[in-house]
Amino acid sequence: MSAPLLHTVVQIADDHLISGHRLSEWCGHAPMLEEDLSMPNMALDLIGQARTLYSYAARLENKGRTEDDFAYLRTDREYQNCLLVERPNTDFAHTMLRQLYFATYMKFFWESMHESSDETLSALSHKAIKEISYHVRHCGEWVVRLGDGTTESAEKMSDAVQALHPYTEELFEVDESRQHGIDKGIFPDHANLKTQWQNTIDAIFVQAKLTLPEIGFAQTGGRKGLHTEDFGMLLAQLQYLPRAYPGASW
Amino acid sequence: MSNEQNMPLWEVFIRPRTGLHHKHVGSLHAADSTMAMHAARDVYTRREEGDSIWVVASSHIHASDPKRSGENFDPASDKVYRHPSFYDIPDEVGHM
Repeated sequence: MSAPLLHTVVQIADDHLISGHRLSEWCGHAPMLEEDLSMPNMALDLIGQARTLYSYAARLENKGRTEDDFAYLRTDREYQNCLLVERPNTDFAHTMLRQLYFATYMKFFWESMHESSDETLSALSHKAIKEISYHVRHCGEWVVRLGDGTTESAEKMSDAVQALHPYTEELFEVDESRQHGIDKGIFPDHANLKTQWQNTIDAIFVQAKLTLPEIGFAQTGGRKGLHTEDFGMLLAQLQYLPRAYPGASW
Repeated sequence: MSNEQNMPLWEVFIRPRTGLHHKHVGSLHAADSTMAMHAARDVYTRREEGDSIWVVASSHIHASDPKRSGENFDPASDKVYRHPSFYDIPDEVGHM
């Protein structure tokens, strides 16, 4: 077993589970039927990827835990998703921007993972890239239409940028475990990922007539298990069923 | 949000697989053709229903007037000779 690899795989799995969960909260509440299908579609893509990653984590750990133990039966401090993905939906503009930020990062991540020295992750990258590329396209088109839309939609989009941009730095944070993986050719160079991410976001922002805000300081902590207040409520909902009815199946 | 001005109606056509025709499957609301294409993909192809999508603004479709059904369609009802069913097919041809 490789402890650093396990550590990073769990981080990536957590990003996907939490991101998928946030999107799933829109199910039945979307502004229109078309998006009511679209957001849960994307949620299912992300949760599917999370399942593969948790199963791999369980295999790496080799202590008899299952994907469900990882997904549902840990405490808040044990989740290591970046803070961006746990930010509340707030409104449709916030949600589309949050997903665009995350999906753009993952798109370039999975693209470079085709060359990864880790066979499981490299195999997953070929499935995931098709799913995540659509997320970038869909959320990107919405950001453009809301940013360059009506006065109200532009205002909401610009509020979302102010609120969420400080959380983007954490995507590119490299801790000891991740550095270990980068050195071994498992994970891509994050400085390069950041350039690719920035170029894509810049191009979309030009079309959306949005300006990048000055970031006073980056909001980080999720990778160390230090979450925002909203995370407790999210976990309460996510974990309710498996905790109230252990081993439930249907 | 889905008022007719900002979110007009689009008709969706899906081709189940190469070689078959695109078939009308339903409609949806979207701001423009790009978003209509996304919505069509999300609403109508989630269960592998097809490999190609057409979207057409509903306002571009001109429909026959139901009030004129009589003059449009009834005259065809007694022209059975227009069906190619009066030929003897030689046995050698087999199933056609």
